[in-house]
Order: sequence, then structure tokens, then C-alpha cells
Amino acid sequence: MTLELVLFIIFATICAVSAVLMITRPNPVISALFLVLNFASLAGLYLILNAQFIAVAQVIVYAGAIMVFFLFVIMLLNPEKEKRFFQQKTKLRIFIIAVVALVLIQIIYVIFLSSPSEVINPEVSRSVQTGTIENIGREMFTNYILPFEAAGYLLLAATIGAMVLAKKKFE
Amino acid sequence: MIIPIEYYLVLSAFMFSVGIIGVLTRRNAIVVFMCVELMLNSANLTLITYSSYLGDVAGQLFVFFVMAVAAAEAAVGLAIIIAIFRNKLTVNIDQINILKW
Amino acid sequence: MIDLIYLTVLFPLLGFLFNGLLGPKIKNEKLIGIIGSSTIGLSFIVVVGAFVQTLALPPDQRLTIVTLFQWIDVAGIDISFSYQVDQLSLVMSLIVTGVGFLIHVYSIGYMHGDKSFWRFFTYLNLFIFAMMNLVLADNFLLMFLGWEGVGLCSYLLIGFWYDRKFEKSTTSGAGLKAFVVNRIGDFGFLIGMFLIYSTFGTLIFTDVFARAVSFDVPEHIFVLIAIFLFIGATGKSAQIPLLVWLPDAMAGPTPVSALIHAATMVTAGVYMVARCSIIYASAPSAMMVVAVVGVFTAFFAATIALVQNDIKKVLAYSTVSQLGYMFLALGAGAFSAGIFHVMTHAFFKALLFLGAGSVIHSMHEQQDIRHYGGLKKYMPVTYGTFLVAAVAISGIPPFSGFFSKDEILWLSRTNIGFVFWLIGLITALMTAFYMFRLYFMTFEGKEKFDHHKLHPHESPKMMTVPLILLAVLSAIGGFIGIPEIFSGEHGNLFHTWLAPVFKTAELKLMHGGSHSHLEEIILMLVSVLAAVSAILYARKVYLKKPEIASKTASKFKGAYNLLLNKYFLDETYDTVIVNPLVKGSESILWKFADNKIIDGLINGIAKLIGNISGSIKKIQTGIAQSYALVMVLGILIALLWIILSYS
Repeated sequence: MTLELVLFIIFATICAVSAVLMITRPNPVISALFLVLNFASLAGLYLILNAQFIAVAQVIVYAGAIMVFFLFVIMLLNPEKEKRFFQQKTKLRIFIIAVVALVLIQIIYVIFLSSPSEVINPEVSRSVQTGTIENIGREMFTNYILPFEAAGYLLLAATIGAMVLAKKKFE
Repeated sequence: MIIPIEYYLVLSAFMFSVGIIGVLTRRNAIVVFMCVELMLNSANLTLITYSSYLGDVAGQLFVFFVMAVAAAEAAVGLAIIIAIFRNKLTVNIDQINILKW
Repeated sequence: MIDLIYLTVLFPLLGFLFNGLLGPKIKNEKLIGIIGSSTIGLSFIVVVGAFVQTLALPPDQRLTIVTLFQWIDVAGIDISFSYQVDQLSLVMSLIVTGVGFLIHVYSIGYMHGDKSFWRFFTYLNLFIFAMMNLVLADNFLLMFLGWEGVGLCSYLLIGFWYDRKFEKSTTSGAGLKAFVVNRIGDFGFLIGMFLIYSTFGTLIFTDVFARAVSFDVPEHIFVLIAIFLFIGATGKSAQIPLLVWLPDAMAGPTPVSALIHAATMVTAGVYMVARCSIIYASAPSAMMVVAVVGVFTAFFAATIALVQNDIKKVLAYSTVSQLGYMFLALGAGAFSAGIFHVMTHAFFKALLFLGAGSVIHSMHEQQDIRHYGGLKKYMPVTYGTFLVAAVAISGIPPFSGFFSKDEILWLSRTNIGFVFWLIGLITALMTAFYMFRLYFMTFEGKEKFDHHKLHPHESPKMMTVPLILLAVLSAIGGFIGIPEIFSGEHGNLFHTWLAPVFKTAELKLMHGGSHSHLEEIILMLVSVLAAVSAILYARKVYLKKPEIASKTASKFKGAYNLLLNKYFLDETYDTVIVNPLVKGSESILWKFADNKIIDGLINGIAKLIGNISGSIKKIQTGIAQSYALVMVLGILIALLWIILSYS
């Protein structure tokens, strides 16, 4: 019972439970908050996996920026509360859950079918150095410079697009 | 004991399917978007897992870009929702069905 | 000139095109008439040239084939537009172009002032084109082309005055009747052609007839072929049972009746049977059928002609009767006698019709002979030529009709029996009687029309000159076929000319044997006496004592009615065949099969597709999530596929 396993169980449980709760709450603000909790536990999982930079970026970008943005929009539009999860369109929802459950079972089957743990030898590969900022920075600005620049352009385009779409009409 | 890689992968699959259920089920457009973000995050988790277990940093770089894209997409998507809200005064998906037969 | 024989076919075609395309623009009737007639005249000259050339050849080498171009070359069938110039086709060509030319000239005068003058000559030229294809063809298919072509022209020309009424229906109705009845016959012809092809593997005359002798074909096949071809002949030549169209064909202008329904088209059946003589000779039972149908039709039609009151109707039934004689000849194996009668009949029947046309014209379209009488002094040329023709058709020597009719009667007696001769004789008696009834009621006796209203006059030269020429031919044309007992060592010239064509058939039939010359002369005298007595009796009744006619009519009222109404043949056909077919087609084929089944099927398919798409379109809900659901279902199936293929 190593610390890693304990931490994994805690974070994984919080992650799964908050995901399920998120989709079932009628109030959208509550859903958003559960999603934030989900992101936080994900950051914890990233840390266990030696992805320090990504963990921090997750908290800053996702939980800190994107979810705040979502909350702003929810508050702005003030949508009405939905009914409880299983009280509307019950038959359709049960059908959906069944289908997706089947898909989940198939994915899990594929996971175990390809049996990665016999292929990967983690004793050799796992290292804390993989996720440090220096490592990531070095890789990004030498081998992956092109996607980096492209991501920049993408963000620029998104910014302009969002501004144009959301502004009031020209007088 | 090293955690078997399948644990992370199953967790990721579970989050992904929960996200799908949310996308197909919820009525509020903004909540649908949040479920999409959830799906994206499950993919991130898979990438980080493989990156860690294989010792290759490329997976984490990929997650970086996914995050950038997700941010851009969330921005534009919510802007569209705001624009629709201005016309239809609702974000209930059942009532945004102009392409109906 | 033999090599240029295709010009005979080409000239009428050019005339047809010229008059047909430019006719409405040309206002000058004379030009149209000259173009129309001169094409036929040129054709006649070409035929005469070919005839003279053929005369120079030795008798057993007189068959030449002139090929124009290949028509069909498919899977074993090889048909060309080629023309066979031999004795038989030359005789027919001379008749068609010669008499045709005279009738064309006559028509210039007859159709004067008609608003569709150009159309008449267009159709006439087209007819000659088709007829020449028929008689000159060297294979069955080209002959059939001409066969159908003359049927078409017959239809067009019968319904020429399309806006006129005719008896119970219209002229175009009469044309349609002719076409439909002909079609029934054509069906028989087609089946005959199919049988010929499947038996002999070819449709070219020379090959078919050569193989008819050399191949080992069972007799019943020959009988079938012969019968089916004969059905075609009964349609075209108006024999029983397909004769009903010819009397109705009198709805057309008189030159049409003269050319098509007396001299040329109706003889196509006779020509065809004569051409296929070897097939008929190989099927004696079929020949008996031909003879029986022929003699019975002759008798039947003659009885009807006795009481008809329309001048053209009398001549129409007379034509049917004379055609019966021709088939009697063919059925008796006297092929050249049949063709001889075709020739003489062309002369005097065309003359009779043209003369009737002359009378009709001058009596202002009156056709009922009960309103004629005493026209002798107003129309001398018409009167004279009509008399010549009437004498010829009655079989009085030395006119042409005597020689041809007598040869037929004699050869029927020797080849197939006394009964045929007897019925033929009675028919000849009736022929003389009704012909002279017609003559006396029209040209002699009291005038039965109002002299102040009607001024009968002679026709112009354009019309009388052809009459005179035809009268000369009717008078002396028979000398070509003088029987041996009169001409001695010259023999029967006509028979000798045609002998090589029918040699194989006559050998097969093995007729002959010796019959005494005395018997021939006695029978000849009997027929002449019969004809003369019939003429004298007709003179007595219709000139001196007309009340005999009316008293006989009222005494035998039933029989008279039967004959006047042509044995109710049309009415019988209507009730038994036509009306059930029409009603059946209407209720079963139209209302049920076409409307309910076929329309229902098509409309049903359309409705089905509409319904299906009506259901399928509900997939497009407009809600993005339902599309996403479909995508997830797709993922499900794809993953299933991968898993299954992996394991």
C-alpha cells in the first residue's frame, strides 16, 4: 500500500464522483463547480504521473480561466433550472446510458486486450525528469516550435472570433 | 507497487463515457459545453499516462496544445451561445432546432 | 437498260419528294401534274427498255439481278435492295407503270380545282414507288416493304378527302378499315416469312426456290407456309374473309379506285402467290384451298354486284369477283393464266373506273345509277370506251377478257375438275349481266335526272385520251395470249414468255395429259353463249321492261335484301369480332390493366417512396444532440467491428 496508490485512489474517486455528479445536477452553476473539482483532482493525478508543468497549467488555465469564463456566461445568461435528471425523457435517457455503457465496456475490453502493462516496462522509463519545465521547454522550443507558433495563431483567431461574435451590433 | 497503467486508462475511459452521457442528455447548451471539456480532459489524462509510462515528453507537449485548443474552442463556442441567446432568448437545446425537417 | 432498273423505283420517289416538299408552294396545277406524271412515264420507258433487252436474251437466261446497296447484314440475314428483272416482274412492271401513267394523266383532269391537288400526286407517286419495290424485289423482305408501303398509300388515298362523310362513318374511317384489315393479312404474310426463313435459312427468292426443290422439307411445312402467305394475299387482294375493305375503299377519288383498287395494289397478292409458285406446287392441299377460296369469292361477290345501285360499288364487287378468278387460276396450277388475267383486268377495270369517274364528274358527284340514263348522247367517248370495257369483261371474243377468262375456265376444268368450271361459268354469266345492267342503266334508256338542273358533258381531252388508249388495249390486248388451238405453231405467246418462271412448279404438279381440242372448243362456245344471253337478257330487262327488275325484287324480297346488304357481312364482323374486341379492350385492358394495374403500380411506387421518405425525414430533428447520438451509435458499431476482427 504505497503512498502513490493511496493518493491515486483518493484522486481517482474524487474525479469519477465529481464527473457523475456534474452531469446530474439540475443547477448549471453547481455543475460548473463540480467540474472545477474534477479539474483539481485531475491536476493531482498529473502530479502523481510526473507531469508537474501540466498539472500547474491545468489549474491555471482550466480551473482558473476557462471555468471562470463558463461561470461568467452562466451568470450572464441566467438560464432556468432544468428538472431533475430522471424526470424528463426518461426512456431516451436510459437508452443513452445503455448505449454509452456498451461503448465503455468495449473500450475497457480493448484496453485489456492490448495489454499494455506487458509491453511497457515502467521501472526503466518512469522518471521525474520527464515532466520538468526545463525538459518541456527544451522540447517545445526546438522540436515542436512549429505547433507552438501555430497555437499562437489559433489563439489569436479565437480571440478575434469571440469578440466579433459576441459584440453588440454596429450602429 | 507500481500502479498498473490500466487503472489510469480505465479511469480515463470512464470519464469519457460520462462526458458523452452528459453531452447527449443535458438540455442546457452551456452544460453541454462543460461536458465536452470533460471529454477533452479525459483524453489529456490518457496522454499524460502514456507519456509518463513511456518516458517520452511528447505526450505532455501534446496535452499543452490540447489545452490551448480547448481554451480557444470554449471562447468561440460561448460567444456563439451568447449570440444565439440574443436572438432566441433561450439556451435550451430543444428550442434551437431551426434545421428541423 | 436492265442495269438501270432501279431508276424505275427512283423516279417516283423523286416525284414524291418534289411534290411533297414543294407542292404547297407551287400554285400551278399543270406543273405538279406534269412532274407527277412524267416520273411515271420515265419509269415506263425504263421498263420498256429493260423488256426489249430481256427479249434479246435466250429464254432460259432471262433472270437478272441488279443490286443497289446492302440493307441488312446481321447474324446470318443478308438482305440487299436488289431488284430481280425476269419475265414475271417485267410483266407486272409494265402493267403498273403503263396503266399508272395513263391514270396519272387522267388525274390531272379529274382532280382539277381540288385544294389538295399537290397532295394527291405526292401520294400517287409514293404508291408507285412502293408498288415497284414490291414487284421488282428479289427477296421477301423488300417485297414486304413494298407491300406495307402500298397499304399505307391506300390508307392515305382512301381518306384523301378527309373532311367528307361516307356512308355510316367518314372517309378516313374507310381508310382505317382498309389499313386494319390489310394488317390482319400482313400478319399472315409475316408468319409465312418467318417460316420460310426458319425452313430455308434465307429470304432471297432465287435461293428459297432453289432450296425448296433441293431441301428435304416435309409437306406440311410447305402447306403452312403457303397458307400463311395466302392469308396475306386475301388481305391485300380482298378475298374471303378479308374482302370487306374494298367496297369501303370507294370513298376515295375515282383515279385511286382505278389505280390501286383495280389495276395494281390488289393484284399484289396474285403476284406474290405466282412468284411463290414452287412453294404452292409443293403443297397441293394449299392450292386447293386457294382455288376454293378464289372461286367462292368470285361467285359471292358477283351475286352482291347484281343489285348494287352505286356505280363504284358495282365495280368494286366486280373487282373482288375478278380477283377470285385469278386465284382460281393460281389454285388450278395455271399460273400464267392468272397473270394474264391480271393484265387484261388491269386494262378493262381501270377503263371502267375511269369511265365511271368521267360520268360521276359530269353528273356533279352523283353516283346512284338510278339517277343516270341516256348519257350516251352527251358523252360519246366515255360511252364508247365504257362499252368496249364492258364487252371485254363479259368475255366476248375477240376482246381481251375473253382469252384470259376462257384460259382460266379451261385450265380449271382440266386440272381440278368440272365443278370449278361450272361455278366459274355461272359467275361469268352474272358478270356479263350486272356489267350490262350497269351499262344500260347509265348510258341508254330514259333520262332519269332533271335535265334543267344537270347538264352532263364530255370530259376534257386530258381525261378522254387515257380512256381511248385503255380501250384499245382492252380490245387487242388479248391477242398476246391466244390459245394454241387458234394460233397454231406460235403457241400461246404469253404463256411461252412466262414459262421459264413457272417451269419447276408445273413439273412438280404434273398437270397436263391430253385433252381433246374438241372439248376445249365446246366449252369455249358454251361460255360465249352464256355471256351473250346474259347481255341480251340484261338488255331486255333494263332497256325495254324495267318492271321485271322491280317485280323480281319484290317477289324475292328476302334474297334481294340479303344481296343488297352484302349478306350483312360487315354487320356480322362487327358483332362477332369488332365489338367484342373493342368492348373487351375497353373494360379489361384499358380500365383494368392500364388504369388500375399499371397506373396503380407506378403511382403506388411514388406513394410508397413518399411515405418512406416521410418517415425517414423525421431523423432530421434539428437538435444537435440527436446527431451526436447517431455518432455514438456509430462508434459502438465500429468498436464492435474492431473487437470482432481482432479476435
